[in-house]
Amino acid sequence: MSAYRSFVQLGLGLWTTLRQIGRGASTISYPEEALKLPPRWRGRPALTRDPDGDERCVACQLCSAVCPTRCIELQAGEREDERRYPVSFRINFSRCIYCGFCEEACPTLAIQLLDEFAFSTEHHQDFIYEKEALLIDGTGKHPHYNFYRHAGVALHDKDKGQGSNESPPVNGRSNLP
Amino acid sequence: MTLFLMALGMLLTTVVLLGIAGFLVFAERRVLGLLQNRHGPNRLGPFGIGQALADALKLMSKENFVPAFADSVLYRAAPVLVAFSALASFAVVPLDRGFSWAGNWDIGLLFILAMSSLNAYGVFLGGWASGSKFALLGAVRAVAQLVSYELPLGLALLAVVLLSGSLSLNGIVQAQWVPYIVLQPVGFVIFLIAGVAETHRLPFDLPEAESELVAGFNTEYGGMRFGYFFLGEYLGLTLIAVLTAALYLGGWHGPWLPGWIWMLIKTFAVIFGFFWLRASLPRPRYDQLMLLGWKVLLPLSLFNLLCTASTAALWRLG
Repeated sequence: MSAYRSFVQLGLGLWTTLRQIGRGASTISYPEEALKLPPRWRGRPALTRDPDGDERCVACQLCSAVCPTRCIELQAGEREDERRYPVSFRINFSRCIYCGFCEEACPTLAIQLLDEFAFSTEHHQDFIYEKEALLIDGTGKHPHYNFYRHAGVALHDKDKGQGSNESPPVNGRSNLP
Repeated sequence: MTLFLMALGMLLTTVVLLGIAGFLVFAERRVLGLLQNRHGPNRLGPFGIGQALADALKLMSKENFVPAFADSVLYRAAPVLVAFSALASFAVVPLDRGFSWAGNWDIGLLFILAMSSLNAYGVFLGGWASGSKFALLGAVRAVAQLVSYELPLGLALLAVVLLSGSLSLNGIVQAQWVPYIVLQPVGFVIFLIAGVAETHRLPFDLPEAESELVAGFNTEYGGMRFGYFFLGEYLGLTLIAVLTAALYLGGWHGPWLPGWIWMLIKTFAVIFGFFWLRASLPRPRYDQLMLLGWKVLLPLSLFNLLCTASTAALWRLG
């Protein structure tokens, strides 16, 4: 009886594998076929620009501070229109672990992990990307966000309270009961 | 002149057989890919058919290395023995009516059994001479397995010999007025199982068993010596398939097409069956393998032989 049952099981197993012939491959031929990456894929970090084309980074050092492998290094500077910007920005990709903490820490949505993941060099030194290599022309994942139009800071062309979704500052003294 | 032509023909046969073995390595990987929802090798040439060539080139360009702890004479001899015994067996296999080197030889089947025993020696010596524990364990397994599966194999073949009254493969194929799988279904199954165990292929690849024994008997081998083992294995697979076709599936008999095409179709169908088995079944434990051989297949094949013999005797009397 058990011999009969094992023969049935054997046949079922063989049939299960034979059925797979029509299904096609569930793997892909990688370099020719593109991978379908999930929307939240964490690839190589890049510095994005705001919709007006100015760089978003304000050189607050938060990404550098939160980075668990200490692979981000930058120097802050200030432009003539009072906007802060990174004079230099370096990421060492032979240490980066693509954890995405820098993206989470960034208050201006400047540093973003985009979907590039396959890049290689022959030497470790070539993995240190400078600002020119990191700064991209687009806005990344957040096409409409502009930090300076939201934040309550004064700038040369706008005063406090003039940003979008922002009310004028309240005069504390006139508000007393 | 005839001698020269004969030598040339034998060389050609050998080269073609080695080519088939190389092609089968590639074909197996493609078929396994098909059965396991993946691509398999598809880089070199159309459908990746150049993979066999690339593998061969890689193996040939490797260093011919002999480990310091190995018995160097036996270590060198073993792979040659494996490949030779598998190749020599093909001499008695007929591809069509009168199309073989020694298809009419009176002891063809016996010769094949002898060569498959020699094959076991090659595997055992390879494992023994390597001087490594894994290889030795693989070799011990190989001998135990091959000894215990040669008995059912021989007994199943004996029933065929009883039916056809001949030990030459030509005679056996000619005697098949109906494919012997109809008259010998049990013998066919026994032959197939024992054949898979003889060629030590999955699911009976315990001598190699890469998940337990690294690579079993050929752990210490590399380069073309490993290539000989590999070719020997695939030649053995082809041999068992071609024997199955000749002994049980009617050989070159078949309607419409020429005989040798029928022979090839049947052979490759059986080979596909082996690939299919490999894709489907897990490897049994060692004691389960021995139990199946000694306690199930051996009594079954004896019973099969007894039934065939008594039926044949009754037929002759009545």
